[in-house]
Amino acid sequence: MSIQKTYEEINEKIRRGEAVVLTAEEVSQMALTASPEEIAEKVDVVTTATFGAMCSSGAIVNFGHANPPIRMEKIRLNGVPAYEGLAAVDTYIGATACDPENPKYGGAHVIQDLVDGKDIELEAWGKGTDCYPRKHIKTIINKETVNEMFLFNPRNAYQNYPVAVNSTSQMKYTYMGNLLPNMRNATYSTSGELSPLLNDPEMKTIGIGTRIFLGGTQGFVVWPGTQFNTSKPKNEHGVPVGNSATLAVMGNLKEMSSEFLQAAYYEKYGVSLFVGIGIPIPVLNADIAKNVSISNEQIETTVCDYGVEGSPALGRVTYAELRSGEIEVQGKKIRTAPVSSLSKARKIAEILKQSILAGEFEISKPVQMFPTNTSLKSLKEQ
Amino acid sequence: MKMQKKRYVLKFPPQSGDQPFSYHLVKDFDIRINILRAEVWPGKTGSLVLELEGTTTNLKNGIAYLKANQVSCEPLNKKITWDNVRCISCGNCTAVCFAGALQMDPEKWELQFDPEKCIVCELCVPACPLNLFKIDFRE
Repeated sequence: MSIQKTYEEINEKIRRGEAVVLTAEEVSQMALTASPEEIAEKVDVVTTATFGAMCSSGAIVNFGHANPPIRMEKIRLNGVPAYEGLAAVDTYIGATACDPENPKYGGAHVIQDLVDGKDIELEAWGKGTDCYPRKHIKTIINKETVNEMFLFNPRNAYQNYPVAVNSTSQMKYTYMGNLLPNMRNATYSTSGELSPLLNDPEMKTIGIGTRIFLGGTQGFVVWPGTQFNTSKPKNEHGVPVGNSATLAVMGNLKEMSSEFLQAAYYEKYGVSLFVGIGIPIPVLNADIAKNVSISNEQIETTVCDYGVEGSPALGRVTYAELRSGEIEVQGKKIRTAPVSSLSKARKIAEILKQSILAGEFEISKPVQMFPTNTSLKSLKEQ
Repeated sequence: MKMQKKRYVLKFPPQSGDQPFSYHLVKDFDIRINILRAEVWPGKTGSLVLELEGTTTNLKNGIAYLKANQVSCEPLNKKITWDNVRCISCGNCTAVCFAGALQMDPEKWELQFDPEKCIVCELCVPACPLNLFKIDFRE
C-alpha cells in the first residue's frame, strides 16, 4: 500500500513533537539503503537550504513622514540611490544599487547595515507641492525609526546554475568569481543535493504561500521568480541541467540577521547580497521521497564559457565531480571552487530542522502552484 | 642535522637595497633560498618573500645577520591576516589561489588557510567578496 500523507497530518505530528525531520543530505544517505516507500513511511519533512549571492534582491522601506512633509523624488541612503517612484516616503533599495563614485558600498550594504541596527544617512529631495511643501531633508534612520522594512527578492534560489570557466587569455571578473585565463579554474554555485529546488524539481510542494527560512527568520515564497523557466532540458533523474526555476520571496527585514544576509562586492562587477534560504519539503508520498533522495552523483549541470559572448556550453558535469576539486572538460582537467557557502547552507538546513522538531515552524500547503510551461524571452532590439 | 623550511617577508630600508644579502645567506649561513616574490627599487624600500631552508642554528644566525643590517625579517604568516570570524566560507578566494594555500575542507566545507603554501600573489585580496584579506607586504 502506498503512503499518502496530508500537510495537516504532518503539522499535527509537528505539534505533537512526533514529526521525523531530516536534512536533504541526511535523506540522501538514508536512500542508499532505504526505498522511496520506506522513506515516505519514516520521514515527514526534509529540510533544504542555500546561501549564495543573489543579485535580484532588495528591500522595501517606509521612512514615516517628516514635519513639514516631503514627497521624496530623489532618495539617497548612505549615498546609495534608492527608488523614488513609490509615493512620498516609501522606497525600494535594490541590492545591486550603488553610487558610481563609491562602487564598493551598495544597496546590499545598506540592507545589511539596516539589519545590524546601524544608523543610515537618508537624504531626499522633492519639488515641493501644496500637500508636501518641503524640498529637501537630510537625517538619520535605522531599523527602529522606520515604520516597515521588508525584504522582497524578485529572483532567488535558482534551480541549478551553470559552472563558469574562461577560455580566453585574460582574467574575467564575474559574479561567479574571478575566472583565471585558459580555463585554469571552474566555479559553481548551488548547494547540490541540499539545494531547495533540486529536491523538488517539479515543484510539487513549493508554490505561492510556502513558508520558508529567509535571512534568519520566517518568510514566504510569494510568486514564481523572474526568469522562471520550466523548459530547460532535464537529465534522466528529472533534474534540469542548467538554471531554470526561481523564487520570489519576502520576509520581515527587522527580524533578520546579518549572519544569513551578507553584503558582497565583486571586483569589476559590483555589489550583491548573499541570501540564506531554507525550504522544508513535506514527504507526502513515495514520489516526493524519491525526489528528496537525489544525490550529488545524480545532479548534473552545464559548464559554460564565461569568456565568450553568449557563454556557450562546453560540457556537463555532476556535483559529485565538482565537489571532488577537479572536473574534466573537453579533455582538460580543471580545478573547481564553490562560490556559495555550503557550510552556511548546512547550518540553515539544521536550524530549520531543529525549529520544526521544536514545533516552532509548521509546513504550509501552497495556495497556488507554479506554472509548468514557461520559457525565457531575450530582449530584441527593434 | 635537522633542516627547517619556512617563509619570511624581508623589508629593506632604502640604503640597504644595493647589498647582496641573499648571497651572504647562501655563502655564510648555508641557507637554501627560494625567492617567491621581490619588489626592489633602488633608493627606495624593497620587499622580498623568501623561503629559507637550513639548520635551526643557521636560520637563526642568518636572520640575526639580516636584522643587524636593518633588514626586517618576519614569518610570512604574521603578514597575512584573514578575518575568519566574518568569513562565510563561500570559496571565491580558493578559485584564484593556485598555490593551494586557500582550500575548502572537503568534509566541513569551511575555508582553510595554510600560510606555508602562500606565495603572496595577492589574488585573494580582491577575490574576497567580503574584503576579509589584508596582506602587509609593502608597508
